Amino acid sequence: MTALVIAEHDNASIKGATLNTVAAAAQCGGDVHVLIAGHNAGPAAAAAAQIAGVAKVIHADAEYLAHGLSENMAAQVLAIASNYSHILFPATASGKNIVPRVAAKLDVGQISDITQVITADTFERPIYAGNAIATVQSGDATKVITVRTTGFDPAAATGGSAAVETQAALADSGKSTFMGSEIAKSDRPELTAAKIIVSGGRALGSAEKFNEVMTPLADKLGAALGASRAAVDAGYAPNDWQVGQTGKIVAPQLYVACGISGAIQHLAGMKDSKVIVAINKDPEAPIFSVADYGLEADLFTAVPELIKAL
Amino acid sequence: MKVIVPVKRVVDYNVKVRVKADQSGMDLANVKMSMNPFDEIAVEEAVRLKEKGVVTEVIAVSCGVTQCQETLRTAMAIGADRAILVETSEELQPLAVAKLLKALMDKEQPGLVILGKQAIDDDCNQTGQMLAALADLPQGTFASKVEVVDGKVNVTREVDGGLETLSLTLPAIVTTDLRLNEPRYVTLPNIMKAKKKQMDIVKPEDLGVDVSPRLKTLKVSEPPKRGAGIKVPDVATLVDKLKNEAKVI
Repeated sequence: MTALVIAEHDNASIKGATLNTVAAAAQCGGDVHVLIAGHNAGPAAAAAAQIAGVAKVIHADAEYLAHGLSENMAAQVLAIASNYSHILFPATASGKNIVPRVAAKLDVGQISDITQVITADTFERPIYAGNAIATVQSGDATKVITVRTTGFDPAAATGGSAAVETQAALADSGKSTFMGSEIAKSDRPELTAAKIIVSGGRALGSAEKFNEVMTPLADKLGAALGASRAAVDAGYAPNDWQVGQTGKIVAPQLYVACGISGAIQHLAGMKDSKVIVAINKDPEAPIFSVADYGLEADLFTAVPELIKAL
Repeated sequence: MKVIVPVKRVVDYNVKVRVKADQSGMDLANVKMSMNPFDEIAVEEAVRLKEKGVVTEVIAVSCGVTQCQETLRTAMAIGADRAILVETSEELQPLAVAKLLKALMDKEQPGLVILGKQAIDDDCNQTGQMLAALADLPQGTFASKVEVVDGKVNVTREVDGGLETLSLTLPAIVTTDLRLNEPRYVTLPNIMKAKKKQMDIVKPEDLGVDVSPRLKTLKVSEPPKRGAGIKVPDVATLVDKLKNEAKVI
């Protein structure tokens, strides 16, 4: 029994989500191998070999793997899939995009967003925006899984010394072409990996106010910035800041919700945070029901005060 | 070019659902059901492509119980031209739905299939990608912009950290993210018109698809409750608690 983890990386280094996925794979009971598929991804493969508990790294390097196109990535995984009892991806935008292609080609049911490994074939996963936890058992020969990273403590990034094996490149599918990307450059921690997140809601009122009030707080705390769906829909914050059922699922040490009422879809994305602070002037806001510390106040006075007090 | 838009009947997103006392599943008796919100966005996008003259026919498809006819009527009220219900009372998992859709694609030969990225009940986020794999077609998932140009479709996708744009050969599979469009309100005249549109009903057996579930749900339980916290009177107390009690700053 061996598990294959498909690493999330930027060719130069491994993304944090890979470490949580390795931890989940180790709980499935066998050896753990890691696939690095990319272009000029030698440094990422070397980093993967250092992860504690990884027995082997498989490195596939080709230009057509540079942008993680699902058609090519899935083919690369399928070429070695028969060697594995478990195939695990982190439940990131990239993982969610590729995994179902692998599962469908193997004719197996996919297990999305697992938060716990019960046995090698039984897993827990949230459904209905986290309002229920389903325990599901897979009868398929290969378990194809995405891992909700907040459910597993990361494996240690160092301490391992796995061999790196090269996987032969395949051919480009030719069906999809990468045209370009707009990735926001930021010195802030990544939302899903941040220890502290400050998040703003509709009460901010405008993109200018959002920036004016929330950014200094994030700077002061070294935090990532998040937002509720209402704030994103209104254009106060970029789309990929959305925390919630269909956005990012986060579980930082500290989550500060400012002017967020707390719809169930938002709570689904952050209620596993260690400490939750809610600042809201509506005493009835549902966010207070999950907050460790609630401050009933106008965020436009409370947040600047908070920045000063920190 | 034809477009197929699969739509799923799910618990309305405003309903707070509860786990059954015997942990066998969710209590869905007398709960309001609606079209999955992401699927509504998919229907809207297909109808807009038709209004632009890029698409000639929009076919809504639903797989599930008889009541899915209501969901299909809603899709036709938004502007879909006709509908197909694959009727079954069996539990359908994403792989089974993808196989049913593949069988319908073989019959209808659409240039595009536009699906919601995920259903808000099982939160799987699988069907579109599975369909793309089974049909050996390219996919543009989590779309925030869709443009059909010169026999290709350019899809701007929401990815971690921002956006990326892919160009896909047609036929292709697209799944919708939240901000692709804002679905129109259905008007009464359009609801009336939708009642007269064609709806075909088939069974999984007619399509030669085995829909047996692959995952067995052993139990469904309530998530652990967060202990109720406290209200603090002012910012100073908040900072003190965070520093000395929670020790997170």
